[in-house]
Parts: sequence; C-alpha cells; structure tokens
Amino acid sequence: MNIHGKAFRYGRDVNTDVIIPARYLNTSDAKELAAHAMEDLDPGFVAAVEPGDVVVAEENFGCGSSREHAPVALKAAGVGAVIAKSYARIFYRNAIDMGLAILEAPEAVDGIRAGDIVSVDTSTGEIVDETTGETFHAEPFPPFITEIIEAGGLVERTRRQLAAQREA
Amino acid sequence: MPRPMTMAEKILAAHADLAETHPGQLVECDVDIVLANDITAPIAIQVVEDLGAEGVFDEGKVVLVPDHYAPNKDIKSAEQTKRMRDFAHACHVAHYWEQGRAGIEHALLPEQGVVVPGDLVIGADSHTCTYGALGAFSTGVGSTDAGVAMATGRAWFRVPETSRFHLTGSLPEGVSGKDVILSIIGTIGVDGALYQSMEFSGPAVAELSMDDRLTISNMAIEAGAKAGIFEVDDVTRAYLEGRAERPWTEFHPDRDAVYAATYEIDISKIEPTVAWPHLPSNTKPVAESREVAIDQAVIGSCTNGRMSDMRAAAEVLKGRQVAPGVRCIVIPATQAVWRQCVDEGLMDVFVEAGCAVSTPTCGPCLGGYMGILAEGERAVSSTNRNFVGRMGSPASEVYLASPAVCAASAVAGHLALPKDLAPAASPKTDPATAKELA
Repeated sequence: MNIHGKAFRYGRDVNTDVIIPARYLNTSDAKELAAHAMEDLDPGFVAAVEPGDVVVAEENFGCGSSREHAPVALKAAGVGAVIAKSYARIFYRNAIDMGLAILEAPEAVDGIRAGDIVSVDTSTGEIVDETTGETFHAEPFPPFITEIIEAGGLVERTRRQLAAQREA
Repeated sequence: MPRPMTMAEKILAAHADLAETHPGQLVECDVDIVLANDITAPIAIQVVEDLGAEGVFDEGKVVLVPDHYAPNKDIKSAEQTKRMRDFAHACHVAHYWEQGRAGIEHALLPEQGVVVPGDLVIGADSHTCTYGALGAFSTGVGSTDAGVAMATGRAWFRVPETSRFHLTGSLPEGVSGKDVILSIIGTIGVDGALYQSMEFSGPAVAELSMDDRLTISNMAIEAGAKAGIFEVDDVTRAYLEGRAERPWTEFHPDRDAVYAATYEIDISKIEPTVAWPHLPSNTKPVAESREVAIDQAVIGSCTNGRMSDMRAAAEVLKGRQVAPGVRCIVIPATQAVWRQCVDEGLMDVFVEAGCAVSTPTCGPCLGGYMGILAEGERAVSSTNRNFVGRMGSPASEVYLASPAVCAASAVAGHLALPKDLAPAASPKTDPATAKELA
C-alpha cells in the first residue's frame, strides 16, 4: 500500500481527547467524527487535510482514552498514515484494527517538516520526504499484524476464521 | 520448571494454556470478562453482528454498563444506550444494569463482585486497568477488540514487560491513594510505563485500603501502562468476602521474576498532590498551588467516586459552605454508594454545603455533560485526565487532585488543603453524625 500526501507536524503526547473530543462521542458515524478530527489541537486541520496526508508527531501519540473513534476520525478525515516516535498502546492496536497505517520511525519524525510532501510504502516501511529527498525506514510489521491488515482489519480476519471453523 | 514470572506473565500464561510466557511474546487468550459502555458498545455490537456471530460467547462473561452519557444527555446518546440495552436483552447478557441500578463501570464491577483475582479482563474503556487492584490482569482495548471477544471469548496480547513499584512507609495524614498515583506519574511521566504492567508491592501495600488501590490501578493508564496490578492479600480477601461472584485464583509474583525497572517509593514522603494542566504528569504539591482560583470542583468518577471518597469529601464539607462563585458537583459513582451516602447522612452534608449532587454518571470527567467548563474557567477535579478540552472548552483548565483537596478547594475558592480552612461551624442538627464523620 502506497500513501502520498503532505505532512502535518505535531508534538508529543497528542491525546485522544484532542484527536476527537468526547463531546462528539454521542455518535460512531465516521463522517461526523471526521468533521471534528484534531479540533482542540489544530482547529484548521479538517479544512486543510486532503486524502493521503500524513500526520507526523513525537512520542506517545494517541495517549488517553481507548476510543476507537480516534483512528476512525483520522482515517475518515483523509489521513493516509501516522508516523510517530512512539505510540500509546491502545491507540496503536486500534489503528491496526481499523486499517489505519501507523509507523514508528523516530528519524523520519526528526527529518520531516510541516508541509513536506511524503510518500510511504507500508509493505517495506520505506518513508520518503520528497521535498528534501531524504529516505527513512520504519520497522516492518510482523506477519501476524500483516495478516490483519491484509484482511482489511481485525473484523474481516475474524469473520474468515469463524467461517473456516464452521466449515471444518 | 517454568521461568520465574511476574503476576502479569502468570495470568496471561494461565489464560493462554501455557506453562510460561515472556515479555514480547504474542499470545491468544481466553478472557473472563469483556466490558463495554454506552459509548464503546455500539461499535462492538456492530462488530458482533458483522462477524455473523450468534449472540455472545458467554452470557455471564459479557458486561455492559450505561454510564458515560447515561442518563441520556441527548437524542444521539439515547440511541446509543438503546442500542446497547436492546442487544443486552436480546443476547440475555447477565451483567447489564439499568440506570437507577447501575453506576460508573469501574466502580460498579468490583463493588458487585463481577471481577475476581486472577481474571483476565478486557474492556472497551481505557480505565479497565482499575481491576488490577483485585489481582486481575485487566486492560483497555478498542471497541473492535471488545466486539471480537464478545463473539469468541478470545483476544490476543503482547506479553508486557513489568515494572515493579515497591512501596514502603505509611501514608501521612491527609494523603490518599490519589496522591500516591499522581506522585508516581509525576515522577515517571505519562509514558513512563508505556506498554508495561505496573506491579505494586512492598510492605506499605497492606496499609492501603481497597479504595486506595482501585484509585492507584485506575490511573496506571495515565502512565501509559497496560495494567496496574496489586498482589492479593488479606485486604483483598476481606473485600471479596460476600461479594465475589465466583471462586478465584491468586497469582503471586516469583521472587526472582525479571522486571524492566524497580522503583522504591517511600509513601510517607508523599504530599497532597495536584496535576496542573494539561497532563497528569504535571504535578506539584497542593501547598505550592494555592494561588490557583477555581470556578468548579468535581468529586466523583471511576477514579474517586467510591464510599471512602465521599466520606473524605464530606469530612471537609461538614459545617462549611462552598465558596460564593464556585460550583461543587458531587457524583457518587454507583447507586449503592449514593444510597450509602443517604444512610450515613453525607447527602445532608453535601446539600447543606451548597453542592450539586448528581446521579451516577461519568458526565463531566470526559466533558460529556453535568458540569461542562466555559472558556477561561478552571476546575479542580478528582477525575483522571486534564488534557486540553477534557472537561469542556479547549480554553478551560482542569487540575487533578484527591476528593479531600477538591472539597477544601471548593470551600476556599482556590486550590487548598483541608487544614487551610477555618474551623467548621457547629452542626445544626445531629451532633452524633458529626462526630462519626470526624
């Protein structure tokens, strides 16, 4: 999977309350959630984000609440990938379950500036800052995770497993 | 002989049907309890339906609690709680409580004996780590993980490394479990235990009440942890007596278990602590924070809405008045706590002090309703997060503290310790109750 877009740059401890404030959690509709993505951190985000854009942040991205609405809001807003130095564990897991590409690449975070055009190849973990020409590498996913992502998320993988069990 | 293991490693091994586990290992486990609430359940229920599953894997092991926006705050919330209620009834979910019998999930489940030591629990709520206080491995997940587990009874885990928090000394007067965990988070940071299990041990643990332990485990997530586990002891066993729904298994850490880090913490040196905006790790002693004027105090939540929290707040508020211009909102965490507050005369104390007392709900903690902050307003709160916009306007501020400090601050109008307040007025009505409270 290839992702191509401009970079939005944020700091450390970007929490799920600013990714999607709880006042909007009276719905699980992806489009409604997307309309408020990053609202309390970057009110201009939704107007500026375009399909394929990349969110680049420092350590502990996605800390706080377990709301799956956070990766859903980012993905539905058009975010193609998140690149951070580290992730809070529930968000990391939720992003994979939702099929949002999520890469841990500290050097890329240090190298990519706001507005740079970035391309990401999720199968190799290669990240290219096309504006500066620099290339970075993220740790590739283990086969276990690849299986979930290739199936289109945890639900589809489990659906296939259950169907196989019924046939057996 | 299996390798020496921490509590987290042992509980995960037992549920994966393995003799041993090690940090970094990926294991698939049978879970004892799968939990969701009115915000996270609708997505999980959709997952169960998308999977084509015929109901839930076990009617006794799926737990659904209307608490975040219940009683319903608006039409959309009403649709969400209705979706959960209809599913609970259709699938004969045994652990569903209606509003009026329910409460905040992480206060309700321990109180009702639903979680027991040795359990493996996942919940679509980050504060599911609360049940570590009972010697369970318990962690927050997203709705999809919860939905898959509701259908299958299984979930995958990466076995976490464990950091040991060895507690010595005894709590000084006026210092609570909230101050202990705020102080720990202030020391190690909001990602100080990222992906790890925090294991609390040491001679001081025996002196910590179950309510204090629940508060400490509850905020393990605020240090980035996957779990926050206490070893089972006589305090745990006494708490479970007459309450536990099932027999339990105690897992104790091996003496030579391997820890990612060990922190020696003398709790007698901990002061009443407040976390300033906008991170739970941004801690200072309350004694150095008195200049912070407040508009609102909130006493409640899954962190500090239990009976001992209500008593601590009432002890401060008895015979005193909430300062003019300050709103003090008290939210007993469960219906049983609410009832007990009536029986012990605490409701009289709260109402006479000028507090607004709410039915159990998560409400203001996550900026839902029942105490939202306007631009520029400040709250001191016994809740767990003080992120930007957490309790309302992105231009408001939340200071996290213990119930006693929240109550004292409500009276003073600024961050304060109970000992800062002028002596309370003599009780108007019932001196016996006053004595009991003091």
